[in-house]
Amino acid sequence: MEPWMIEFHLDGRSGLSPYLQLVRQVRQALRLGLLREGDQLPTVKEVVAGLAINPNTVLKAYRELEHEGLVAARPGVGTFVTATLADASLAAHGPLRQELRRWLARARRAGLDEESIEALFMTTFRTAAEEDIA
Amino acid sequence: MIWLTWRQFRAAAAMMAAALAALAAILALTGPGLAHDYSTGIAACTQSGCSDFVRHFFNDHQGPFLAVTAVVLVLPALIGLFWGAPLITRELEAGTHQLVWNQSITRTRWLAVKLALTGVAAMTAAGLGSLAVTWWSSPIDKTATNFPKMGPLLFDTRGIVPIAYAAFAFALGVTVGMLVRRTLPAMAITLAVFVAIQIAMPLLVRPHLLPPTRSTIEITTSNLDDFTMGPDHRIRVSAKPADTGAWVLSSHTVDASGHAIDSIPPSPSLSPSSRACAPQQGLSPCLAEVTRLGYRQQVTYQPSSRFWPFQWYETGIYTALTLGLAGLCFWRIRRRLS
Amino acid sequence: MTAVIEAQGLGKQYGRRWALSDCTLDIPAGRVVGLVGPNGAGKTTLLHLTVGLLAPTSGSIEVLGGRPAANPAQLAKVGFVAQDSPTYAGLRVADHLKLGARLNPGWDAALARDRIERLGLDPARRAGQLSGGQRAQLALTLGIAKRPELLILDEPVAALDPLARREFLQGLMEATAEHELSVVLSSHLVSDLERACDYLIVLVDSRVRVAGEVEELLATHHRLSGPRRDPARLPAGQHVVAASHTDRQTTLIVRTDAPIHDPAWTVSRLSLEDLVLAYMGKSTHTDHNGRNHRPTLEVQR
Repeated sequence: MEPWMIEFHLDGRSGLSPYLQLVRQVRQALRLGLLREGDQLPTVKEVVAGLAINPNTVLKAYRELEHEGLVAARPGVGTFVTATLADASLAAHGPLRQELRRWLARARRAGLDEESIEALFMTTFRTAAEEDIA
Repeated sequence: MIWLTWRQFRAAAAMMAAALAALAAILALTGPGLAHDYSTGIAACTQSGCSDFVRHFFNDHQGPFLAVTAVVLVLPALIGLFWGAPLITRELEAGTHQLVWNQSITRTRWLAVKLALTGVAAMTAAGLGSLAVTWWSSPIDKTATNFPKMGPLLFDTRGIVPIAYAAFAFALGVTVGMLVRRTLPAMAITLAVFVAIQIAMPLLVRPHLLPPTRSTIEITTSNLDDFTMGPDHRIRVSAKPADTGAWVLSSHTVDASGHAIDSIPPSPSLSPSSRACAPQQGLSPCLAEVTRLGYRQQVTYQPSSRFWPFQWYETGIYTALTLGLAGLCFWRIRRRLS
Repeated sequence: MTAVIEAQGLGKQYGRRWALSDCTLDIPAGRVVGLVGPNGAGKTTLLHLTVGLLAPTSGSIEVLGGRPAANPAQLAKVGFVAQDSPTYAGLRVADHLKLGARLNPGWDAALARDRIERLGLDPARRAGQLSGGQRAQLALTLGIAKRPELLILDEPVAALDPLARREFLQGLMEATAEHELSVVLSSHLVSDLERACDYLIVLVDSRVRVAGEVEELLATHHRLSGPRRDPARLPAGQHVVAASHTDRQTTLIVRTDAPIHDPAWTVSRLSLEDLVLAYMGKSTHTDHNGRNHRPTLEVQR
């Protein structure tokens, strides 16, 4: 068995559909440099054998990644990484990160504990996302 | 499918083969000696001594005679019970019918192969058993005065009818198993029905396969069956037809005008004090007097010459029953059976 | 898209009881279908009708375009693993493979051998001596190696421990991916099916309550919670599947294609288990004949 660069896992409680979780994990791996250009993603059969999930889920995830231009399928061979997300690495967003740190400090000074900060952030994040869609 | 049938049937076939082999060995070892004893005895016996020889010969071998006859009698029932009833019920109880009926053969084909192969094995086993016993027991059969060749016990266990019985019992077992679907109840019901039919056949059907022979015979010492003179000087008498292998269906004494009577009414010439029937004279003159007075024995019987025709008729009947049951099985297996 | 199972008003009656009634399904090919329902709901009856072990009392069913178990060709197209994975206790593993080879013209002997080897099953072992998980894997091998187009499994993991359960499902999904099978899998636990199934049928009290693609079902069903409200006063187009009330609060499970604009409701996603439970939920309006006064919903295509 070939050692794959990435091993998938599923979180049943995350609220995200399984194929999106797979997509995210690939993008995360790309971001962190675990997956590089030219690396082969595990075959559908391998993923399915490991996770006991529906093959269509994996196919959908790989198609989504292909749609985003991150991977390319070579018929009969496999699916290979064609791009990296290194350009979108976190380091490039220094100013944003600093602003966020300042806001966190302010929130703590206002007396919010960790859970409240997280809740405040998540609800605002979701509401803003919905407003964007609507 | 043939492989699978054999594989599932292997153990049962082995047991049957071992049992038959043991039986065959015993019979083969003792058979020739038996035949030799009989033939030398018959050649040597004198006129009156022959009935003594016959009686002694039979008594000496009565045990084994009854034993092998019982084996042939019971064999079809065992086949029906242990090969027929579990054929389908075993699969249903284990749930393996869900496995095997999903393979790429139809249920009809599955049943056809199973019935055919196991049925042929059943008939072969019964045939070999019957053949061996018929051969071995033929000297004893000739001396079995109480068990005529056409009578129920010997007719059922000699010749070819055991083959038909075995096929029928097998088909009956499979059919009952299909209807009842559990092994032990199926075995019990198969046994009950088979025994009932085996009793009904000689009782109700076999006597009428051909019209029985009815004849009126004189009662003499050579065919006398029973003679009793009661305290009221009434004589009860009965006689057997000359054909010793015949199957007597009914037998009664008739008077000169042909009326059936229970016993001969007392009359001066037939009293113990008369010249003919004085006790110390022997029976011959008394019987002559009975005959002179017009008394005869009326017997209704199936002669032993009809042994083989009857064997074929009965085989035909059981074959028809077997085919009918098989047809029922095929019809039924295509319906709900889960 | 060709339908792999098409049923019209399918029903099965035993004596006076209807084990399955009025079942209409149109299941597309290439799916892993989960058939969920409580014990006695009629799942086994439906599956047995699909493989031809039972004949319908009313209605009709067509599998891969043919009548179930009509002829050897039809039988070859459908593999079946029955409840409790029945095997011949006296036959060895190798004998079972030989059984498959002799009784199936489409048998793939290499596939069967490889699978048995990879599973670590000893070919000389009698099936009666295998563990429950091993027997299930053997039965699955027999079902897969005849190269069917559709594989049907009746509660295959119900009696297995969690590890055997996971291994079985992994093997099943791998085979599904490799051979492009359509699969119908029944269970009374949703958790067994959640990961694997992309089509769902919920069967309760001999009737189909809901049938459709999992993604679409999850997208069109929502949980609404808000102040106490009469469910009958909801706008048309929102069908209530389940409702529960406290003095002040109402929680509804609704099915709707349109977005929900009412700001009084807090809308949340359902998990597959929530969805199934909503359809399986206590129905005070169900009488003994299974006549249900709740709407029975089907997927709109």
